[in-house]
Amino acid sequence: MAVLALVNKIIPFSSVDGPGNRTAIFLQGCNFDCRYCHNPETIRLCLSCGACVEACPTGALGWSEKERQEERQVHHSDSSWQKEHRLLAGHVTYDISRCVLCDSCIRVCPHGSSPRIRLLTADQVMEAVRKQIPYIRGITVSGGECTRQRDFLVELFTLAKEEGLHCLLDSNGSHCFGEDTELMAVTDGVMLDIKAFDGGEHRLVTGHTNEMILENACFLASEGKLPEVRTVVVPGLFDYRDTVERTAQLLRPYLKRGPVRYKLIRYRPMGVRSEYAGYATPSMEIMEELRDMVCAMGFEAVIA
Amino acid sequence: MRDITMEQVEKIRQNIYETITSVTMTHEQKLTVMANHADSLMEVLDLPDGLDELLNVPIERKCICDLNEGHAPMRPRYIVPDYSVLMEKGCEFLKLDPPKDLMEALNTLLIFYKHVPSVTNYPVFIGNLDKLIDPFLDGVDDETAYKAIKMFMMHVDRTIVDSFCHADIGPQDSRAGLLIMRAEAELEDATPNLTMRYDPEITGDAFALAGVDCSLHSAKPSFANHKMFRSELGDDYAIASCYNGLLIGGGSYTLCRLLLNHIADRADSIEQFKTETLPYVLDIMARYMDARIKFIVEESNFFEYNFLAKEGFICKERFSAMYGLVGLAECVNTLFEKEGKEGRFGHDEEATNLGVEIMDIIDAFNRGHVNPYCQGTDGHFLLHAQVGLADDIRTSPGTRIPIGEEPSELIDHLRVLEKFHKYFPSGTGDIFPIDVTVHNNPEYVLDIIKGSFREGVRYLSFYRNDSDVIRVTGYLVKRSEMEKLDRGEAVLQNTTGLGLGASKNCKILERKVR
Repeated sequence: MAVLALVNKIIPFSSVDGPGNRTAIFLQGCNFDCRYCHNPETIRLCLSCGACVEACPTGALGWSEKERQEERQVHHSDSSWQKEHRLLAGHVTYDISRCVLCDSCIRVCPHGSSPRIRLLTADQVMEAVRKQIPYIRGITVSGGECTRQRDFLVELFTLAKEEGLHCLLDSNGSHCFGEDTELMAVTDGVMLDIKAFDGGEHRLVTGHTNEMILENACFLASEGKLPEVRTVVVPGLFDYRDTVERTAQLLRPYLKRGPVRYKLIRYRPMGVRSEYAGYATPSMEIMEELRDMVCAMGFEAVIA
Repeated sequence: MRDITMEQVEKIRQNIYETITSVTMTHEQKLTVMANHADSLMEVLDLPDGLDELLNVPIERKCICDLNEGHAPMRPRYIVPDYSVLMEKGCEFLKLDPPKDLMEALNTLLIFYKHVPSVTNYPVFIGNLDKLIDPFLDGVDDETAYKAIKMFMMHVDRTIVDSFCHADIGPQDSRAGLLIMRAEAELEDATPNLTMRYDPEITGDAFALAGVDCSLHSAKPSFANHKMFRSELGDDYAIASCYNGLLIGGGSYTLCRLLLNHIADRADSIEQFKTETLPYVLDIMARYMDARIKFIVEESNFFEYNFLAKEGFICKERFSAMYGLVGLAECVNTLFEKEGKEGRFGHDEEATNLGVEIMDIIDAFNRGHVNPYCQGTDGHFLLHAQVGLADDIRTSPGTRIPIGEEPSELIDHLRVLEKFHKYFPSGTGDIFPIDVTVHNNPEYVLDIIKGSFREGVRYLSFYRNDSDVIRVTGYLVKRSEMEKLDRGEAVLQNTTGLGLGASKNCKILERKVR
């Protein structure tokens, strides 16, 4: 039976998820809990508590008494979800055609999640991608953390390659790419977040350590499969100058294997959970100084 | 020559007085309008029966519109000189020798432009500029060439005060083309309009991306599907005026347009529209255009006296005429409403397909109608998706989806226009304001151009959503100049007034940002 993925959203044309025009597929669920996450409802999985059904003004959300068999078969390793999931006899249903994206469900969700999730096979996702051919040069799978559903990624990218599409992942780098030759065989590149270079700071920002991320950065860069690294610049949260400088130093030796673009992202409070929304947006002077620093080290740098 | 009534004379005298005393027109604009007033006293065309009640009625009932070409045309509407003749032979009438270096080439062109007429009294085509200039760049360093080209482009903007003036570049990469785009990105002027003739098999990505980058600064160039235009018009075609595909060394005698939405108002059913109402109007407009063309060729003496014809910059055999239309979307929606159907053009498949059927009827009619003077295009007119007029209300340009009703996803929008661009060798186009974040990713726009041209799209324009220079419907204006005119101050460009009207009537500032 085909692997199912928890799909949060498919954006047909995206200009911000890698080079050129791409269809971007966002998967639900992330193992990190970054303070500045601007779509925190993609972190945790829906537990089908049903609290959102009444809040939905268009009837896009409903309740089915049937047990959702497929949901148990979703291949992912989120033990917290398995623990928390009460395996109710029924589950929340989502009719995308009636949804007006008003976010009422997200506002009332007691778990900070989203019920607007579809369970789709790689074939079904490819069907949605094919509508954009030949307008797109590739696809990007993002999240959440897409590598939590790596079996799906392998299937999707295998199909996408048959269409001649360029396949990118957008990842937090917690998955060991160096040991996943099957996935790397169909992946053209990984766009990696370096949220902090210092391990302690990384734990503060994300709740997780970063040894694997830095190892992945070097591995991917050495393979010429690191088209982009990103750092969200948040003054007051961590030493962004230190992170950007040390990341650039770490990757500089690999630039001859392929260009690495350094995307410097200005923190903005939009979408951020209220308890973490108090950080200041960095000035353009700060951003330009960082850009000039990494440019001088041989990177193409952009401010976003 | 037929008589006119004293009431008509009085009305025209009143119009003349208003023009003389206007405070929002420049002197040159007044001269142009005064000439139109004089022309409106004439009745010399051999008009088809039935035309009057389709043409000379208030805008909300008008089914045929001649775009103010006047009652006695004294030159073809659009003239597309072959500037390569000027570069090779010079011009005897203007006492210009063939230019030998860059300064002479630019000066020669600027002089010549002042003598190329059109319906606007300004040239609507100023050449495949990169090809004209590039041979003179050998041995000229980049900064010198850049400065000369930038001054040349600025001179065009300030003296050809009408943004229906159009220059072309591409499809081959060239140093001159890059310098022109660099200058245009920096100048952010409305004139000239600019098109890159683009073919991914000929044009390099770097050249095309320079075009995208320039368009995000100055709303130009637009991108023309070179392969498509070439297959219809041959190698020597130009994109002139708004986006009109015409033969170099020729042009278009006239452009009239069908107001399809108002024609639909006259029908009781879809069937009646297709079999009676529409064919009746198609025939009258074609015969009206025949009459206009006959006068220009046989009576105006334009080709006998004008130096452009006498010295071979243009010839009658390269001319055609443009059979235009607007309001297809509203036409389909009106017909659907009459039959109690729910769907809307651009969203419902059946509605959009009715649009295709209507276009097939118009296309078949045009293929069956012969005009002996349209020798450049095998005796047939060229269909044209007209961009609208400032005083059009609830009438979308050509076959465009109405502003405010665009599909939420760009891909669904593109899939609709793929169906319609093929009908219009003399021009159609769609316009997309682009979110500023695309500045980091111009390849995004280029991918859309490449994909759409493979799918049969003809012509696309982009501008940054916060740009000062914006594309109104086909031509460009500066927002800052529209604001000035709106405050009651006179402005240099004639087209600013059209843009201001369109911004009020046609919602052009409310397009969906992509």
